[in-house]
Amino acid sequence: MRITVDGVQLAARPGDTLASALLRAGRRVLSQGIYTGRPRGLVSAGVEESNVFVQVLSGSGEPMVRATEIEAYDGLRVRTLAGKGLLPDEPDEARYDKTFAHTDVLVVGGGPAGLMAALAAGESGARVLLIDDQPRLGGRLLASRAIVDGLAVHDWVSSMRDRLQALPEVTVTSRTAVVGYYDHNYLVAVERRTDHLGSAAPATMARHRLWNIRAGQVVLATGAHERSIAFADNDRPGIMLAHSATAYAWRYGCRPGRRAVVFGAHDGALAAAVELADAGVEVAAVLDVRDVVGADFAAALARRGISVQTGATVSGTLADDDGVLRAVLTSAGETVAADLLAVSGGWNPAVELFSQSGGRTFWSEAAAGFVPDTAAQPTHCAGVLTGAVSLARVLSEGAGAGAEAARAAGLDVTEPATPSVEGELREEAAPAAYFCVDSAAEETVFVDLQRDATLHDIRRAVGAGLTSVEHIKRYTTIGTAADQGRGSGVLAVGVLAQLSGRSMAEIGTTTYRPPYTPISFALLAGRDRGRLADPERVTAIHDWHVEHGAVFEDVGQWKRPWFFPRPAESMDEAVRRECAAARTGVAMMDASTLGTIELQGADVGLLLDRLYTNVFSSLKIGSVRYGVMCGPDGMVIDDGTTARLAEDRWLMSTTTGNAAKILEWLEEWLQTEWPDLDVRCTSVTDQWSTVVLVGPRSRDTLEELAPELDCSVEGFPFMTVRQAAVAGIPARIMRVSFSGELAYEITVASWYALAVWEAVFAAGEITPYGTETMHVLRAEKGYPIVGQDTDGTVTPQDLGMGWIVSKKKPDFVGKRSFARADTSRSDRRQLVGVVPVDGRSRVAEGAQLVSHGAVLTQPPVAMHGHVTSSYHSVALGTPFALALLDAGASRHGEVLDAVDDGHATAVQVVSPVPYDPDGVRRDG
Amino acid sequence: MLRIPCPWCGPRDETEFCYGGQAHVPYPADPSTVDDADWAGYLFFRDNPKGWFAERWMHRAGCQRWFNVVRHTVTYEISASYPPGTSRPDVA
Amino acid sequence: MTWQLTPRLPAQPDFLWAEAEPKASYDVIIVGAGGHGLATAYYLAKNHGITNVAVLERGWLAGGNMARNTTIIRSNYLWDESAGIYEHALKLWEGLEADLDCEVAFSQRGVLNLAHSLGDVREGRRRVNANQLNGVDAEWLTPEDVQKIAPILNISTDVRYPVLGATFQPRAGIAKHDWVAWGYARAAHAMGVDLIQGCEVTGVLREGDRVVGVDTVSGPIRAGRVALAAAGHSSVITASLGLRLPLQSFPLQALVSELLEQVLDTVVMSNAVHVYVSQAHKGELVMGAGIDGYVGYGQRGSFPVIEHQMAAAIELFPIFARAHVLRTWGGIVDVSPDASPIVGLTPFEGLYVNCGWGTGGFKATPGIGWVFADTIANDRPHPLAQPFALARFADGALIDEHGAAAVAH
Repeated sequence: MRITVDGVQLAARPGDTLASALLRAGRRVLSQGIYTGRPRGLVSAGVEESNVFVQVLSGSGEPMVRATEIEAYDGLRVRTLAGKGLLPDEPDEARYDKTFAHTDVLVVGGGPAGLMAALAAGESGARVLLIDDQPRLGGRLLASRAIVDGLAVHDWVSSMRDRLQALPEVTVTSRTAVVGYYDHNYLVAVERRTDHLGSAAPATMARHRLWNIRAGQVVLATGAHERSIAFADNDRPGIMLAHSATAYAWRYGCRPGRRAVVFGAHDGALAAAVELADAGVEVAAVLDVRDVVGADFAAALARRGISVQTGATVSGTLADDDGVLRAVLTSAGETVAADLLAVSGGWNPAVELFSQSGGRTFWSEAAAGFVPDTAAQPTHCAGVLTGAVSLARVLSEGAGAGAEAARAAGLDVTEPATPSVEGELREEAAPAAYFCVDSAAEETVFVDLQRDATLHDIRRAVGAGLTSVEHIKRYTTIGTAADQGRGSGVLAVGVLAQLSGRSMAEIGTTTYRPPYTPISFALLAGRDRGRLADPERVTAIHDWHVEHGAVFEDVGQWKRPWFFPRPAESMDEAVRRECAAARTGVAMMDASTLGTIELQGADVGLLLDRLYTNVFSSLKIGSVRYGVMCGPDGMVIDDGTTARLAEDRWLMSTTTGNAAKILEWLEEWLQTEWPDLDVRCTSVTDQWSTVVLVGPRSRDTLEELAPELDCSVEGFPFMTVRQAAVAGIPARIMRVSFSGELAYEITVASWYALAVWEAVFAAGEITPYGTETMHVLRAEKGYPIVGQDTDGTVTPQDLGMGWIVSKKKPDFVGKRSFARADTSRSDRRQLVGVVPVDGRSRVAEGAQLVSHGAVLTQPPVAMHGHVTSSYHSVALGTPFALALLDAGASRHGEVLDAVDDGHATAVQVVSPVPYDPDGVRRDG
Repeated sequence: MLRIPCPWCGPRDETEFCYGGQAHVPYPADPSTVDDADWAGYLFFRDNPKGWFAERWMHRAGCQRWFNVVRHTVTYEISASYPPGTSRPDVA
Repeated sequence: MTWQLTPRLPAQPDFLWAEAEPKASYDVIIVGAGGHGLATAYYLAKNHGITNVAVLERGWLAGGNMARNTTIIRSNYLWDESAGIYEHALKLWEGLEADLDCEVAFSQRGVLNLAHSLGDVREGRRRVNANQLNGVDAEWLTPEDVQKIAPILNISTDVRYPVLGATFQPRAGIAKHDWVAWGYARAAHAMGVDLIQGCEVTGVLREGDRVVGVDTVSGPIRAGRVALAAAGHSSVITASLGLRLPLQSFPLQALVSELLEQVLDTVVMSNAVHVYVSQAHKGELVMGAGIDGYVGYGQRGSFPVIEHQMAAAIELFPIFARAHVLRTWGGIVDVSPDASPIVGLTPFEGLYVNCGWGTGGFKATPGIGWVFADTIANDRPHPLAQPFALARFADGALIDEHGAAAVAH
């Protein structure tokens, strides 16, 4: 395999990560300090990596990924980075999916503990999901030479995988990282499906998949991260975590160095020294900060001719011309030539998910790490996560936790036998809680490599008076980089403890927050992109509108025709033409988006009396009434007409944007306050479609389309409803008007909507119009639009609709609030009309009304109100606007300035009903 | 993501529900007899405890029915779920 | 370009503040060492000479919403009352570094509020006009103008949330929240204010209708005046007095990406789809989400909120597709019924409240510190606080920023 790094081709082997391929190729300097510019190299072989991040250029591309987490493939191209990622301009064409899983037991981690847990739970018959973030199961076993149940670890892992796959309710998912542990045992995982395949990735397969998992029980077997020790010049390429060095040697088959010094504070570091020696690395010195080390380990090293210097530390390092490690300075004053310094301060149990779940951690002296304490959810911890070290104990804890989880999930469990383990050195001496070798050169003692933050920074923070670890983190920026503090978090706490003389337990850790590893925005979005970002609702007549050149407006989720321009026609011209048709001839509109709710039951009238400000129970069958609805605070929330179709059957219409809200509003009152009322509500917005026919000649059109219907003024009066065939299709026709003109609303089942629409359109010179014309027509009549001429601070009285507020009803929702001091003021903002004094200038919607002649350059300028709707009125021959104005009802005739973007237009306050105030046109 | 037990449909993800705030805040029997302060109390003042809280939910993507839940506002643990019109169970 | 990624953040002062042990009594106790509490202490000392003051914090100083917000600062609110307090704050922000003699990284890079529907356009223009008449800098921008300021915004018309325009406040921007808190803490401490961490207030001491101190986990502390600056926890504290506040505490989430080369020169907000984004000084994208849907003090939110928000973010900023969420967290926003704060006196003599800031708290910090200190020192509401009195809920004179759609962040 060939890979390209910074334009240079390198060889890679199957199973390599980018990091192992780089190391094998002898590439040591791979990054630089973000502030110091100091050369940096690989410090780890896994998720602990805090130095080497790259931008992936091949495939779908990635702005910033750890080199240790990229599986090499033929054709992989990357660019090394120094601390900051780069977002490419090219669109991300990859597919991202989401999947949902429900499981009895979720096991997080496919290392030895996780494998045993999955087996124990799986054999009970429980539904088990085992999730592991690596390409291969086995966890740290993959770099181990132990013998388990008489098998080499690779063979044992294979046998475990086979046993798990034989269980029908067990699912094993690799290359999947659990990144979030939320409330009620809800977990989120990221599966990388094609990144490792390069150009062989199937085009049909989602690149990444987000798992949403609801688990009955969770077993966390997340292992541990190796902790470093800080010392002077500890950032040179060649200085690496000890078990990462052994992983490179034994898992990836690349030698991390020729001549090594091993520096540690626990027996695990000595074990790493053994592994390095056996991998052919010359171990020049082993330094252990402890006075007492594990005898087994010392003996194993002695057999290899290596002695352990106890009570010893690294006091500094030397570099060659490239900045790469060439020698280690010891506390004994020696200078030991070395190209590898393998460091291990101990293990940090990977408590991130446990902590996210709400569990608390505590500092374990025995483990020299923060380990899980009591769980906050049905969570079971096992293995290295709990501070366990020996493989035998890890395996038995895993089996125990899996069994416990299955039992808690209600299954009968027979715990599997714990496998035997051979060839493992026994942990014999206690680890030391040791974090930092003090040095006068404290600005070279790096605690957070990616942030270039040092012992000096922590000392400054302490000197500044800070004690909380959260403050130290924020002062020094330690833990805030792309490695999410994995390499620096506990280390910083340890350094703080050393500096301040306080205990680890007292200081504690900062809070671990999701995600455990970064999630791309694209994956979070999944398929909810482009047209699927939010549902688009269209009426049954939509395609006709498109074909006839409609320009659309978004109203909530609906696409509504805004206007229907003819070729080369401007919006203003189109709207004028549409308005003229409605006022002088006949025009038609698709009103199917208006919310429609069918109400059935004996008590509908009573319900409407309580929710509308006016009386509905007296409405006669076959009649229609307009109503305004308020919240309990007295502010208008919706309006519309309601028809009574039968004694117990009513049809309510709502504004387009409020349909769902109003249905819920009705249900809320019915269910929670008045369950005794006999009312059933059903949304029928989608089932019915409505064609509005408007204009003085609309009666002629309807008569032609519905020959059986008596369309005369007396036969079909205003605010009544009729059933009749329209163009041969059963229809409900209402004589209501939102324009002041003679108008009919023809409602048919949505299946027939297009047919009826086309039949109406074909019936004569009928002009289709959109929402803009509808707005102009209604504004000329002073009909407000809830949500445009109101904003949640407007009462019916403010709208000049005191007439619709019943004085007789003892109560309706909102009534009590009208009696409050502020709501009953007579100088509230009230709906008025405004017209330009010059008769020509159309004021902007959103313009503010100020005193005429007010000096705008000297703010603050008192505002008296604002323009809510503004149009060119064809009927009036001048622009006309609606506005909310302080005490507006008593200010008709007054001249004010409407100010938009610093420009004032003199306007006169007029009645909000300038057109046909006596309503003579509604009968045609 | 909470798992909310709908009394009619069983446990479902929180995204299926909408929230209705504090439970057991009845609409006054005769608002005209309520003084301004108490009316403001009905309109605007709700308990905001750090601890157990009886609150209303509606199963919007399911049965569309309202019900009450006793939930802890710090741990988010749910200890009871019961229909409207019934009194708060003696739990937690 | 109004700002550039800094090669290195400037160093914070060598000394910030020293821990104090609580004394038996103080002239004023401020409950809550967030931005508001610290700023109040500072202005009490500086403007009113009242220095026998303790600020009590149950956790670590400025560790609540001060540490969790997305640091957006603007004053382009619709209503006169809101514009008054926020513009007062913005003017103080503009002189804050000099006043506190420390770096707070206040970066006036401007804030865009996007309009995606004709309704948004109408509301946006209404707000711009109101702002201009109130002396608040504001402009209405066409989509083309918007793209000049934020070239990575997708302004094509065939997207689900087309950009139909935006309001722009050039003087708006962001600051480093921790540094702001520390700057106030340092200055207050230097004037003699005691800053006491890990000191949770468990109750209020009263003699009749007069408040005379607080009970804490470290014992009672007496005070001439007690001022609550504890966000949603204010209602928990006043509950012990039988005083109800119309507050609900909701989780509000935010997140950051990895550090990225500069892609965004300004702050972009879209209330309609709940995207609030800026690029911080170090290079990470800082994004706020919409408020989670239910009462909670858990300082964590629900995952689907983040998923939804990212879907919207990519629609607006296609280039963000490959960015990563590095860290998410939650704050607790205390929301009042009209989305405006509650500031002023209470029915109890010697007890003052300042809460209900919802998503607006950070940007108001200097302004409310100033106004609240004045209110406490003079035992009467500062003129800018007057409209925000608790009494408005009874008489109905709300300051409804909900309706104005200018509520979030």
